[in-house]
Amino acid sequence: MATTYPTTPEAAAEEPVNYLNVEHGWKSWLFTTDHKRIAMLYVFSITAMFMIGGTFAMLMRLHLTRPEGIFAPETYNRFFTMHGVIMVFFFLVPSIPATLGNFFLPIMIGAKDLAFPRVNLLSWYLYIFGAIFAIYVVAAGGVDTGWTFYAPYSTTYSNSYVLSAAVGVFVAGFSSITTGLNFIVTVHKMRAPGMTWMRLPLFVWANYATGLIQILGTPVVAIALVLVAVERVMHVGIFDPNVGGDPILFQHIFWFYSHPAVYIMILPGMGVISEVIACFARKRPFGYEFIAASSMGIAILSFVVWGHHMFITGQSVYTGIVFSFLSFFVAVPSAIKVFNWTATMYRGSVTFESPMLYAFGFIGLFTIGGLTGLFLSTMATDVPLHGTYFVVAHFHFVMVGGMLVAFLSGIHFWWPKMTGRMYSEAWARFAALMIFAGFNLTFLPQFVLGYLGMPRRYAAYPPEFQVLNVLSTAGASILGISLVIPLIYLTYAWKYGPKAGNNPWGAKGLEWEIQSPPTTFNFDDTPTVTEEAYNYGEEVEEQRVA
Amino acid sequence: MWASYTFLADLPFAAPIASKEAGDIDLLWWFLCAVSLVMTVLIFIGVIGFAFRYRAKPGVPPVQLHGHTALEVTWSVIPFLVMLVMFWWGTDLFFAAQSPPKDAMEIFVVGKQWMWKVQYPDGTREINALHVPVGQDVKLTLASEDVIHSFGIPVFRVRHDVVPGHYDSLWFRATKPGHYRIYCTEYCGDRHSQMVGWVDVLGENEYSRWASGGGSGGTLAEQGQQLFTQNGCSTCHLLNEQGRCPILKNLYNKPVELNDGRTVIADDAYLRESILQPNAKIVNGFEANVMPNFQGQLSEENVIQLIAYIKSLSPATTPSQVGVLPTKGPQVPAPGKKQSAATKATAVTPAPQQAAPQQ
Amino acid sequence: MPETIEQVPHEAEADLHVRHHFANAEQQMEASTLGMWTFLITEVLFFGGMFAGYAVYREMYPAAFAATSEFMNVEIGAANTAVLICSSLTMAMAVRAAQLSKRGDLIKYLIGTLIFGITFLVVKAFEYHAKYVEHLIPGPNFHPEHLAPQFMHNAQILFFLYFCMTGMHAVHMVAGVGLLTFLLIQAYRNVFHAHYFAPVEMIGLYWHFVDIVWIFLFPLLYLIGHWHW
Repeated sequence: MATTYPTTPEAAAEEPVNYLNVEHGWKSWLFTTDHKRIAMLYVFSITAMFMIGGTFAMLMRLHLTRPEGIFAPETYNRFFTMHGVIMVFFFLVPSIPATLGNFFLPIMIGAKDLAFPRVNLLSWYLYIFGAIFAIYVVAAGGVDTGWTFYAPYSTTYSNSYVLSAAVGVFVAGFSSITTGLNFIVTVHKMRAPGMTWMRLPLFVWANYATGLIQILGTPVVAIALVLVAVERVMHVGIFDPNVGGDPILFQHIFWFYSHPAVYIMILPGMGVISEVIACFARKRPFGYEFIAASSMGIAILSFVVWGHHMFITGQSVYTGIVFSFLSFFVAVPSAIKVFNWTATMYRGSVTFESPMLYAFGFIGLFTIGGLTGLFLSTMATDVPLHGTYFVVAHFHFVMVGGMLVAFLSGIHFWWPKMTGRMYSEAWARFAALMIFAGFNLTFLPQFVLGYLGMPRRYAAYPPEFQVLNVLSTAGASILGISLVIPLIYLTYAWKYGPKAGNNPWGAKGLEWEIQSPPTTFNFDDTPTVTEEAYNYGEEVEEQRVA
Repeated sequence: MWASYTFLADLPFAAPIASKEAGDIDLLWWFLCAVSLVMTVLIFIGVIGFAFRYRAKPGVPPVQLHGHTALEVTWSVIPFLVMLVMFWWGTDLFFAAQSPPKDAMEIFVVGKQWMWKVQYPDGTREINALHVPVGQDVKLTLASEDVIHSFGIPVFRVRHDVVPGHYDSLWFRATKPGHYRIYCTEYCGDRHSQMVGWVDVLGENEYSRWASGGGSGGTLAEQGQQLFTQNGCSTCHLLNEQGRCPILKNLYNKPVELNDGRTVIADDAYLRESILQPNAKIVNGFEANVMPNFQGQLSEENVIQLIAYIKSLSPATTPSQVGVLPTKGPQVPAPGKKQSAATKATAVTPAPQQAAPQQ
Repeated sequence: MPETIEQVPHEAEADLHVRHHFANAEQQMEASTLGMWTFLITEVLFFGGMFAGYAVYREMYPAAFAATSEFMNVEIGAANTAVLICSSLTMAMAVRAAQLSKRGDLIKYLIGTLIFGITFLVVKAFEYHAKYVEHLIPGPNFHPEHLAPQFMHNAQILFFLYFCMTGMHAVHMVAGVGLLTFLLIQAYRNVFHAHYFAPVEMIGLYWHFVDIVWIFLFPLLYLIGHWHW
């Protein structure tokens, strides 16, 4: 591992100009158009929202240690809704694209910035504006409809802050749209000479595919929320069956976005894993073209499977058949990726640094999460499992065991580049293992609970489910504490860690050829790309000492 | 299905099963578990195996491979074929679950925040409880008075969303007496987790004992008849002659020609819509805007009672349609016995003779 | 046809407007164009959600929807449609003028587009007011006269969709008017010329899109029920 310790005070003081120290003061941050600074702004914001959403998770698991609960049911209902709304819309959807994507997508293609830097800053302000609404809702007393806002409960019956929550999510949605738009135009128009599509890093492919979903899907949920908001205020009857409205129409419009949204919440993570495994196996990903194509395939197919959330709503059985079939179809590209990552290690030269440990965790947990999705695509088994803890466990495996773990992997992998400092590898490995253990203890029992019939969103449950619930809470405690550990050592490293060189991991990629941290414009001269991506070869070993 | 489910129910880690269809679904569940386990183990072995087997050793460089198209195709196609099996099997069982047998006993369940109100054809009512005989096909017709609920009985592996504005249904055939849980499984508000209940599957004798009580208000059809008169339906829907409105005798489950050329079947959903949104469909030869709109005046339970009455005006094709419970002999009291005073005061003929149940 | 071209600035002056992260003006123009088209695609999806809702309810209640057509003033709607089409014409002429560095014409056509756009909005305002007076705003005061009672409930949904879709369109028009005003000011300051007219073209694309949305809204909301086969 290449870290250079400054040996004299003068050497320590002499730090090259980079995007962090080029300007100081709050104005230089709040009015920046540098994609790297905007990425760091996002890192702080989504971490803060994650803490809030995570606090609600801890309160939920605390409540669920007793069959009769601890808080009032109305309070618990607000906990799980706020947890879902914040984690989905204010953490997972922006997470990797807005932080690692913003930071590295331009660099990876040899550009000086994204196509529209001011729009990038706007997207952060939109996020903050939406987050303020979300925090207001929390402070005012919460919303209790579930993050899915189903009508007519949300439009007519709920006594909570539905309107404010809808506005917050609506605004945050535009943050997501602008990010996606920026990425798409950047990848199309700002690649350096020689950077052909098939030389793009897989992380770029993943974020590009995510951008496609963001721009096509998010406007539809925006409309769904507008309709809910108007219905709530004016009672016009659009989802009210008493006047001819159809509550199921809301579900269609909502899930038309929210299913593709879950792919927004996994594709970037898959991109990170492709990068990390290639680096720490010292190999080009096994089937580069297949991995790239599978990202695009997932993005396209994601739009035609939303009805698998609605098998038992009374929609036509034939509609259900089509959605079920296509849902199996969309599982294939994800499987292709998992096989390719595994095959990448074949005849590689594997080391076990913390980003790689997280990548291993991702592959295992995402596999389980994805396979349990098949239980829900199968119509007959979806009937007893829908609305139970099986579904809860499934999506936490893919979103936490998948996306969050991938996010941590990427943050660790690129932290030396983003901050110029190296973190404590010992603490990182410890935290990775604790997170893995805590996560499994939290969510594996929930598969069993779901199979046994325990419904989700229940503030009280039959006593026979208590043991499994207590196990789950024990796991959640470990997971919660473990997630705080990286926060501490990464922050510590930023200030006091040893300087990392340009390429501490000996990785291939344009981002590793520039200084750590990068300068404001990334490259002194626009690079010309002459080789394939991941051109690891025999000379790689020397490069490890940057 | 060729497999007998009983061995599955006896697996130490199996959830309880109390119907053959539940056993069929559990067989598919275990197949999915097996496939998932195999896949997971393969991936874990692959990842951990390769990671250790090919861990970095000084002087041993990695070998750059460039993919292998045939392998990619193979490991895409084979899992997809396995998934097709899951798809086919699951769809087959799902179809069966959506198709209640013709002679199923009908029970009506109305969900409202935050309770399940159960109504039997003989007029018995319960809240958050269901009693069914073992070995009998039972069809539950579900309605919601307010928000979307979902009615589920894990032990039968059945569930269906209960969406306001139309009827939903599910069916099951219990094979094992017992006391089993009912849950609401679609978040519906503050007391969603208290919207739970119990279904009791009773052996034949026990069930006859329980059922012989009957409802104090008369059968569903009789209650419906009272409503029919009280709400003035009888002034237009004359029984034996054409009034200003379509005749209701012999109507149930028959085709009806509408004024826009379509033909629909007068099933439960049609009758419900005709009562609550009468102008949605107009029968050919009649005028729109004649029947008052009863939306908001009649609860879902009232509508169920009225529909039961209208059903009783048609020759019974199944015992359930005339409120006959599948015990020995009809349980419905002979006509004339339990009528309240109100029904006698009108010009409408009394409840028609109950036809002998068609077996 | 020979055209007199006003003083064409040197190509190098175009580079004044190239932002630092772009290699050259051409790349910036291509990026802006793709960016605007991508944004318009998101707008298609945005309006698409409402069109989907309209399609579903129209399929469910065709008679009710047709019955509401008597409340829609086809003449005014048609006039507004003509106004918008003219505004798209003037907008296209404005883009052409910018491409030819004709500042005078550019300003003239931008003003023309603005006038048409504002006319549309003013007419809309009168329409909305008329609906308000006739108790056609969905909500507690919804009470259409002469509408067959059997259509009352479903008509409320249609009117809701009317206000939602035309209202959302009007919001986009207002934004467009704001953007045109910005363009006008920039044009007055002689910012645009043959080698730099991207903002005019991009805002022109936006304006045409808003126009096209109206071309769909007009028949779906105003003309249904007026056809008798």
